[in-house]
Amino acid sequence: MIAVTFAALFGHWRRNPLQLFTLLAGLALATALWSGVQAINAEARASYDAAAATLGEGQFDRLVRSDGQPIAQDTYIALRRAGWLVSPVIEGRVADARLIGLDPLSAPGGLTPVGLRNIGGLQDFIVTGGRIFAAPDVALDGAVSDPAIAPGTAIADMGTVQKLLDRPNELDALIVGPQQPLGQTSLDQIAPQLSRQVAQGGSDIGQLTDSFHLNLTAFGLLSFAVGIFIVHGAIGLAFEQRRATVRTLRALGVPLRLLVCLIGGELLGLALIAGAIGVGLGYLIAVFLLPDVAATLRGLYGAELTGTLQLRPIWWATGMAIAVGGTGVAASTALWKLSRMPLLTGAQPRALAVIAGRGVKVQAAVSAGLLCTAFVLALTANGVVTGFVLLGALLIGAALGLPIVLRAVLGFAANRSHGVVSSWFWADTRQQLPGLSLALMALLLAMAANVGVSTMVSSFRLTFVAFLDQRLASELYVTAQSPEQAASLVDFVTPRVDVVLPIMSTQVKIAGRATDVFGARNHATYRDNWTFLTAGKTPWKDVHANVAILINEQLARGADLTVGDVVNVGEQPLTIAGIYGDYGNPIGQAIIAESLFQTLFPDVRPLRFGLRLPRKKVDELVKDLQSEVGLPASSAINQAGIKAHSLAIFDRTFTVTTALNVLTLSVAGFAILMSLLTLTAMRVPQLAPAWAMGLTRAQLGRLELIRTVMLAVLTGAIALPLGLALAWVLLAVVNVAAFGWRLPMYLFPWDYAQLGVLAILAAGLAALWPALRLARTPPADLLKVFSNER
Amino acid sequence: MNVRLIALLLWLPAASLAQGFAGLGSSAEGFALPEPNPTFTFPSDDGAHPDFRIEWWYLTANLTGDDGRDYGLQWTLFRTALTPTDGTGWSSPQLWMGHAAVTTPDAHFVTERLARGGIGQAGVTAQPFEAWIDEWTFSGPDSDAILRAAGPDFAYDMTLQATGPRVLHGDAGYSVKSAGGQASYYYSQPFFDIAGTLQLPSGDVTVTGNAWLDREWSSQPLGADQTGWDWFSLSFDDGSKLMGFLLRGDGDYSRATLIRADGTTVAYPDGAFNAEKIVQSQVAGRGVPTTWKVTLPDAGIDVVVSALNTQSWMDTSVPYWEGPVRVTGSHTGRGYLEMTGYE
Repeated sequence: MIAVTFAALFGHWRRNPLQLFTLLAGLALATALWSGVQAINAEARASYDAAAATLGEGQFDRLVRSDGQPIAQDTYIALRRAGWLVSPVIEGRVADARLIGLDPLSAPGGLTPVGLRNIGGLQDFIVTGGRIFAAPDVALDGAVSDPAIAPGTAIADMGTVQKLLDRPNELDALIVGPQQPLGQTSLDQIAPQLSRQVAQGGSDIGQLTDSFHLNLTAFGLLSFAVGIFIVHGAIGLAFEQRRATVRTLRALGVPLRLLVCLIGGELLGLALIAGAIGVGLGYLIAVFLLPDVAATLRGLYGAELTGTLQLRPIWWATGMAIAVGGTGVAASTALWKLSRMPLLTGAQPRALAVIAGRGVKVQAAVSAGLLCTAFVLALTANGVVTGFVLLGALLIGAALGLPIVLRAVLGFAANRSHGVVSSWFWADTRQQLPGLSLALMALLLAMAANVGVSTMVSSFRLTFVAFLDQRLASELYVTAQSPEQAASLVDFVTPRVDVVLPIMSTQVKIAGRATDVFGARNHATYRDNWTFLTAGKTPWKDVHANVAILINEQLARGADLTVGDVVNVGEQPLTIAGIYGDYGNPIGQAIIAESLFQTLFPDVRPLRFGLRLPRKKVDELVKDLQSEVGLPASSAINQAGIKAHSLAIFDRTFTVTTALNVLTLSVAGFAILMSLLTLTAMRVPQLAPAWAMGLTRAQLGRLELIRTVMLAVLTGAIALPLGLALAWVLLAVVNVAAFGWRLPMYLFPWDYAQLGVLAILAAGLAALWPALRLARTPPADLLKVFSNER
Repeated sequence: MNVRLIALLLWLPAASLAQGFAGLGSSAEGFALPEPNPTFTFPSDDGAHPDFRIEWWYLTANLTGDDGRDYGLQWTLFRTALTPTDGTGWSSPQLWMGHAAVTTPDAHFVTERLARGGIGQAGVTAQPFEAWIDEWTFSGPDSDAILRAAGPDFAYDMTLQATGPRVLHGDAGYSVKSAGGQASYYYSQPFFDIAGTLQLPSGDVTVTGNAWLDREWSSQPLGADQTGWDWFSLSFDDGSKLMGFLLRGDGDYSRATLIRADGTTVAYPDGAFNAEKIVQSQVAGRGVPTTWKVTLPDAGIDVVVSALNTQSWMDTSVPYWEGPVRVTGSHTGRGYLEMTGYE
């Protein structure tokens, strides 16, 4: 009986292959976007882990020379003999790879690819072999591929690397072990030239990039939600159409429980198939997007990511789980309705009554509740997670409210319409609305996301450009290789330029946060160009009186500081005289006077300089620097060059966002297409009377197209304010929480217009085929409606 | 002898027990091998012998604090050569490992250091004598040596005076370790007076007592089937001392040296020295015998040796048990016990 019943049920899909396709494709697309995003996230996390494991970045403090010069190996030995458990690191580049030299015996656990447990490996590594281990993406002759090593990196023994780089007895940094012995001699007494860089627990790559990945996840979830709308629609339709079959089967004695189980099992099977396809597609999406994500992460955070994707079981599993779970959610209402359907209820299809009566009221209430929640959160939210909850409430609330608003608008239009055809058009549109509303919700979400994200990105870009103009005031930036070269460079350029502005910085802790502190020369360049978010009356004057400090917004927000607060740089208390925007920088930054900087950090000597000079003399000076001082061309960058470079990084950063935007919009277009296609067949009985009364098939087809476009326009009209609200949340809530800075919001009407045209075009294209099909319905089919009338 | 080769486990895969404990039974091809009838010259033989694969400077001390409590102290420097080749700087095949520990009746503090040879981070010079790894040092003449080590939670700073001669084990310092003839060079300085300060989490303790230095070097000291050992260095209240070891393998192998108060010795062949487990304790998740019945009938010795602290577990790269013991029975006194290969 089970097999026969199942065959009877499954026959529905055989008769309606399009519905089956919609269901499978919708679910597969939804799963694909979700699992694609998950794949990217998993890959990125694995890369961070490798990076952390390779160099202990963010885990261990380091000793470095404040002036950036190499550390003598003797200093290392002297420190060890004074009780400092430090481990040497040397770093250079060989054949495009970052080559790192370590000492496996002194390195804190897990940093090196060989250990004491593997004596053969150790011997090969440090004595006989000079063995190099490299990340899989590094092509180095004879290197052993090791996926645990950070992308683009190769590791060898200290001795091997010193030889390869021809830097005998030189080290670049010393990793400070997590545990130090009692009775250690102070660093000042052994190596006063070294300074300790504190591991940046608060800004390590994992934490920094979390917000980025949360962004991606949110996007994936949004796409998934759009996909589930499609699936929900397809399942709902299928159930409505199968009511007759179900009633007949039950009348023949098939128990309800068995029917529910069989339909559940059938859906589970379909979900698994669609899930597998989806995960496969997701893999392709991830492969396609990963290089851009890698570029983004490198640009924003300096985090290295492999450009290659590995199949990881975790996202296979989550992809399948979410496909099955999504189907369950989409089918739950339908199964519940089925289980409560009275045996003798009418078998007429009620396909177009998906939303009706009490359901509408519930939906309106839920929508209103979510929008109220969103409003409250908008006033109170201050973290990344609450920011996303706010986004979710706003978007879902708006989506659920859409059919209700559209219904009201159509009702209003119907009341105002005159003439038979127009009255029929509005009434018919209203009647069709329930069948289309899920697709329209998908369109709403996709458009709103587009408006929101593009507003955020464009606002960011505008702010960033202005910020670059403010920051990069000097016409030329030069970098010396050594303090000696810096001295001769300054001597050479001083008579040739208006002013030399040394750029010197060192890392300290301010209010417990890792901060780059800069020493600024007393010059009009700063006073004229620097703009503050908030500042005292005479910020620069106070700074140069050595009583004040300027800090960036990240530090101010992170440590909850405002103008007038006092912070310590080393032992020196300074009053905050101003807070400035510092976009794109993940950590704290501060500016003090050059003279105070030199007193506090006498070992730091500037290697970089900003030069002010008439713009037309820049090229000439660069040439002179090359020929007279021996400065390589790459060490002198003009202002335009830096701006172009910064903007290139910026633009790459948001490639992924754009790509996901396009994908989401495509899914919404697909939803409309599928909804219309399924509706077309069912609408013949409703169109036949109109045809019989004199409307031509071409007219009917045209009206279909107009209807869809009109609905898309209405949806777009609602999507615009929703998208702007979304942008506000992203800029004022999520961004502040994720990056530590708030961006001003700008509006881009031209972009919105383009998007609107695009969305209408997508909807129109989606409606075109169904409309054509309708226009080509053979008159015989239309006539059949009347012969079949029950 | 002192089979305290623990360290070397470190240098070989722990799994290779087929080659004896810690790989000490593995092939010594290319390295120098101990020959019978050696002639040691001091102080040069106090220094390192890099032609041999392994070597150690192993000092243990039984101490009494000004608080009246018993303490134990360990300072060990191991040398191992990865290959029988020369090499300078970072390519030197010599590796060094230091272990330091302080044992109290209710606590055991231990720490470890590792270092490359060739760069100055660790080494041994004979004249003037200094053995060092990082800031740890054991240096100076026999009459006035200093000994220092520190870990995250303890440190010690001691001075030592030798009150007797060095003692050669086995046959003039040629100490056979298995029926197959594996051997090492082995001498001791068991006559150190030691005094200084222990820095412990509970506060500083001034201590005095006796220390025992073992020096041993070889290239393949164990038979391939030997998987661990129990080693005893006991100082009796009558001034005599006993070194005895039991190597566990397909057949147990034992050797012992009785050291009289004047420094003269009697070496005993395999089988003369017996050690029998009496009480086993749970230590670091395994059973380890912490009370022993030790007999050397030829010398009239029949004693019970029990741990001061049964939990004297050396949680180092290669874990083992090493701690101070009390001696009762035909003789009374104190000493040190080392046990390896208890998995």
